[in-house]
Amino acid sequence: MLTSEETTRQVLMLGLAGEVFAIEAQQVREILDPIPVTRVPGAKGYVSSILNVRGKVIPLADLRLRFGMPPAPITPDSRFIVIEIEVAGEPTTVGIVADKVYEVTELDTTSLQKAPPIGMHWQPEFVSGIGKWKDDFIVVPNLERIFN
Amino acid sequence: MINNNADPAEIFRQEAADLLEQLEQALLDLDRTPDDRDLVNTAFRALHTIKGSGAMFGFEEVAAFAHEFESAFDRVRKGETPPNPELIAIALNAKDFIRSQIERPEETDAVIGVCILADLRQLVAASGTGFIAEIPLSDSKDTGGATAEPASTYRIRIRFNKDILVNGTNPLLLLNELRDLGECEVICHTDAVPALSEIEPGACYFHWDVVLKTAQPRSAIDDVFIFVQDDMTLDVERIEAQKVAPAATQPPTARASAEVASLPTVEHHVAPAETAAKRTGDSRGNKDASTIRVQAERLDEMMDRVGELVIAQARLSQLASGTGTKGVAEEIERLTSALRDAMMGIRMVPIGTLFGRFRRLIHDLSRDLGKEIELTTEGEETELDKTMIERLADPLVHVIRNAADHGLEDPASRIAAGKSATGHIVLSARHAGAEVQISVKDDGRGLDAKRIRAKAEENGLIAPDTVLTDTELYQLIFQPGFSTAKEVSALSGRGVGMDVVKRTIESMRGSIDLVSEPGQGSQITLRLPLTLAIIEGLLVRVADARYVIPLTAVEECVELSAAEDKRSKGRSFLNIRGDLVPFLRLRELFEEHGESDAHQKVVIVAAGDTRVGLVVDQIIGSHQTVIKSLSKLHADVPSFSGATILGDGAVALILDVLHLIALGQLREAKVKNSKLELV
Repeated sequence: MLTSEETTRQVLMLGLAGEVFAIEAQQVREILDPIPVTRVPGAKGYVSSILNVRGKVIPLADLRLRFGMPPAPITPDSRFIVIEIEVAGEPTTVGIVADKVYEVTELDTTSLQKAPPIGMHWQPEFVSGIGKWKDDFIVVPNLERIFN
Repeated sequence: MINNNADPAEIFRQEAADLLEQLEQALLDLDRTPDDRDLVNTAFRALHTIKGSGAMFGFEEVAAFAHEFESAFDRVRKGETPPNPELIAIALNAKDFIRSQIERPEETDAVIGVCILADLRQLVAASGTGFIAEIPLSDSKDTGGATAEPASTYRIRIRFNKDILVNGTNPLLLLNELRDLGECEVICHTDAVPALSEIEPGACYFHWDVVLKTAQPRSAIDDVFIFVQDDMTLDVERIEAQKVAPAATQPPTARASAEVASLPTVEHHVAPAETAAKRTGDSRGNKDASTIRVQAERLDEMMDRVGELVIAQARLSQLASGTGTKGVAEEIERLTSALRDAMMGIRMVPIGTLFGRFRRLIHDLSRDLGKEIELTTEGEETELDKTMIERLADPLVHVIRNAADHGLEDPASRIAAGKSATGHIVLSARHAGAEVQISVKDDGRGLDAKRIRAKAEENGLIAPDTVLTDTELYQLIFQPGFSTAKEVSALSGRGVGMDVVKRTIESMRGSIDLVSEPGQGSQITLRLPLTLAIIEGLLVRVADARYVIPLTAVEECVELSAAEDKRSKGRSFLNIRGDLVPFLRLRELFEEHGESDAHQKVVIVAAGDTRVGLVVDQIIGSHQTVIKSLSKLHADVPSFSGATILGDGAVALILDVLHLIALGQLREAKVKNSKLELV
């Protein structure tokens, strides 16, 4: 996802359970205020519902459950970030829930470090890198791995 | 016409696909009726057009090969070499080669083309006289002129249809071709040109008189116009030299304006509506799923409906505050559903487009298996959603191969069994209610119940002492990994097959029926819904969520009385007029907590002979359901076949009835087993 040729990337900063995540801005299609969703009984926990985005039915994912964070209800501050990724070889539009959306900013990819194999309560394969933004630590999730 | 800005190469590919199909059909027909000159001409024309547009769109290799093919074929066109089965077979190979040149150029080895051409030339030469294969063959026009005749003079009156330019024909080029034949005097008549305000820029208003002095035979003149003769009137008359007089008085402006008039050909090149409408007659839809050529009447019909809708909508706005709203609202509803039907009509194509491909399959199977096979097709005009037609191709190929390979006996056995040596396969399609039935019927030996049983026991599909009716045994052939062919042939019998066929059909919400009579043959019927995109659904509520049940599967709805509800706790059976029907509580299945409604309903759904009841909280009503498929992230959720968007914008899931029925059956079996254990 992050190549070495360019040292800065446009990323979207979002908050999830007190952590800051950075998603590549190129993957983001739109950001929506919360709308009613439909639960899919029997689906995997992290993609437990679907919603209607302009006549298209797309799955809504909660990354919290992929990162072992406790589930939380959707609040008026929550946002649905519509991204496009490859799932099982097919380009797929997916919504992800964020507690909060901060801003789109430049991220210096050289400052990113590989996720340490220990000392982290997340599955290392779901993290592409860890960096710093302002005074916070940020997580660059590996969306391809998370959804495949 | 749908893609006005499409890649020109793509336009060529589509056009070529149509033309190749025409060519193939003509060749196959020729196999049956070798004397039909029209067929030869059709084939020749298709080939010539491929050559022409291939060169135009930069498919040089295709054009070159088509040219050689055409040249070799020219002897057939002239009647010097009669078409025979061998020739047809090679011509079909050549056609396949062109297709692969167009579709997979990087994988196509030119050497194959050279071999095919060599074969073709040899065959043509062998049956003709004095034909030397090595001489590079030239265009029809030149070879046509070989026989010397004394020069004679012709008056040629040329009047093209007005829309000739729209089809990409350039009359000036044709006139130039005439000039090549000999001394030529061309007069352009401009009397039909209307006032400037009425001129359609794409129309051809000119007609021409040509006086031609040539040593070429008359047929050379006809050849010039061979590809446009359907769109023009051509009048050729042989005259004496002195009558040529009124030629010279041509105003110079006429010629200039003729050139102006020809300019729009370029812009109109990407077939606008009229052309497409004209073409659909013979093109019969192409193979690409993303673009569809549509019959103009259908678009007109849609336009009319939309017009009505707009008017009614205006009325509704006017009356919105007044009384009378209800009637108009109902009208809107009626029109909307008519609009929807017209819209669906756009997606429908006759299944004949698919059936046509199987003639070739039978032709090849017949040769490879050494069996005489006659294919009869019925109901080619039956219409089916285009995307379904595409998806049906592979399953049908498999079923037909099976019929030819396993079903039909070899000629000797057939005669021994008192049948004709030629095996028959009937491929038919028809509408039956909201479904389409496509059946493949053969008059072969029928399914061998004994062998199926032996094979199933060997594969562990059934226990050796299982009691099964023949019908139940036949169903085993749809099990994965099942194959009864004693020898694995190149054509079928690899054990991947009928189960894949079944799965494909079921993924289209269809089902398969199989009837077999030992010694008489078998019939496999694929039953499919008319369309994939829209279904009638029953909208129900379970807890706070709404779901859609496909209406075709719904048999009836009954109330689950409180007494019955209590009584049935622990045993999930319902007494429906004396029959025990297992039921599923959707609240439990979908993990909805909380108390169910006081008056729960049971929707009885059925597939074939099996029924299962689905307990819901409320039946909301029928719902026009536009099916949206679920993403790969939900591929592991078997209870739902898709989702739909409701009137309020919310999403409702569509229940997968087949899966739920299977689930009900499983529970039933479990209950039965546990009862047996208790005894």
